[in-house]
Amino acid sequence: MNTTVLKTEARLFAREPGSVFWVTVSPTLLLVVLGLIPSFRKASDDLGGLRVVDLYVPVSVLFALIMAGLQAMPPVLTGYRERGILRRMRTTPVRPSALLTAQLLVHAAVALVSAALVVTVGRAAFGVRLPGQPAGYVLALLLAVAGALALGAAVCAVSRTQKIATAVGSAVFFPTMFTAGVWVPVQAMPDTLRGIVHLTPFGAASEALGDAAAGGWPGWTHLGVMALWTALLTWAAARWFRWE
Amino acid sequence: MSTTTGMITVNGLRKAYGGRVAVADVSFAVAEGEIFGILGPNGAGKTTTVECVEGLRTPDAGTVRVAGLDPVADHREVTRLLGAQLQESELQPKITVREALELYASFHTRPADWRPLAERLGLTDHLAVRFAKLSGGQKQRLSIALALVGDPRAVVLDELTTGLDPRARRETWALIEDVRARGVTVLLVTHFMEEAQRLCDRIAVIDGGRVAALDTPAGLIRRATVSTVVSFTPSAPLDDRELAALPGAASVRTQEDGRVVVEGTDDTVEAVVSLLARHRVTAHQLRVAEATLDDAFLDLTTGADR
Repeated sequence: MNTTVLKTEARLFAREPGSVFWVTVSPTLLLVVLGLIPSFRKASDDLGGLRVVDLYVPVSVLFALIMAGLQAMPPVLTGYRERGILRRMRTTPVRPSALLTAQLLVHAAVALVSAALVVTVGRAAFGVRLPGQPAGYVLALLLAVAGALALGAAVCAVSRTQKIATAVGSAVFFPTMFTAGVWVPVQAMPDTLRGIVHLTPFGAASEALGDAAAGGWPGWTHLGVMALWTALLTWAAARWFRWE
Repeated sequence: MSTTTGMITVNGLRKAYGGRVAVADVSFAVAEGEIFGILGPNGAGKTTTVECVEGLRTPDAGTVRVAGLDPVADHREVTRLLGAQLQESELQPKITVREALELYASFHTRPADWRPLAERLGLTDHLAVRFAKLSGGQKQRLSIALALVGDPRAVVLDELTTGLDPRARRETWALIEDVRARGVTVLLVTHFMEEAQRLCDRIAVIDGGRVAALDTPAGLIRRATVSTVVSFTPSAPLDDRELAALPGAASVRTQEDGRVVVEGTDDTVEAVVSLLARHRVTAHQLRVAEATLDDAFLDLTTGADR
């Protein structure tokens, strides 16, 4: 791995105020806004004794991942292809895949930092308990990051232009937000809907993070669903990605 | 001529996209340390040819070798010794000039020092400027710098000075001559005749996917059917037929302003002068123009541009 490529792409990410805001600031902001509503800080029997703000910690974490994978990364990658940046790299001894790898690593790192910020602010501001099963939480989080980036990469692969990528990205964005529980936390969904949402990558991620936050090991079904989606989306991205 | 030796050899190259043949049959060999030009109308197959040399495209038929290596099969080896400046290839919009130079230098195990390169290309004052904020000419100069930053043995420059103002163009030419003086082989795609004439040791004129002519600039000019043009405003009317009968005269015409234009050879010039003397006619604003590479180019190509 060429570290100059990684360093350069990290710097370039920092120069995109929109991406920086949506990936690193907005998830914590979402949590803070909801946490300021007094009724959301009261334990509810419907939620198994949890508060709404407790449920929104994993939701905000997933929101950060979705923003990184689906909103921030695809326009960059499709832009690199459209502007001939990948093509120019093909004339150098470094493969253009190094640029894609750097992009994936940068977005993964920023998403993880944002997730840590959400968990920290949740604990400090609203007394949300830290994940009871940290290893399980980290595993679920890493799988979810991989899934979000694979989804973004797949969007780039099937979209011929930057414009199409933005359109496809938005079309995928809303169902993803819904299944992650941004509007209604997965744990608060009716059973039938919850059963379906479990089969989606972010629905499964939401349950897995919820399990680990509560102190249990995340269900293998949820982890399995996430792993399967990640594998499928990665395969699709590799299969259809065009270098120019 | 031999097409088996040389720094860059292209032999019987053919490349089609779908049903459209971009390159039908192109062969040439570029000797080490030579500046070799590829000249031709738009759509002649120039860029496709150099893209095969860069290994960006796989030929349908024929062979391409760079220092004996196959640009497709030995792609990474070739990229280590061949720098490339592509037509219409951008950089990350927010990368600065310095970052781009450092980034591309990092791709090579033994890069050139980018500072003198940047200085030579007039980029020193713009090192902190982002790519998207550069002018067309500055982008072009950065692109040239990135092609040379790996300290390559050979470099392919596609549309080298497009978008540069006349001063920057001359400075870039001087840089290319310097690069060659250090022993670097240069393959230059251009449609500027002046550039080809000034820089190139030899030129392949490509038309319709084939090599229409391959010669030195002077050799190509000699092939032009019209080599010399004499024009003047006579003090008294002259008989066009008498002028047309002069040795070597190819055409005679009188412009609306009364100016007479005779196309022919060197012999025609002398004959015109003595004819004028015999008739005691004074030639005002007498001009003698040599044929240029332009004339040779127009004679040699039948491209869609005409």
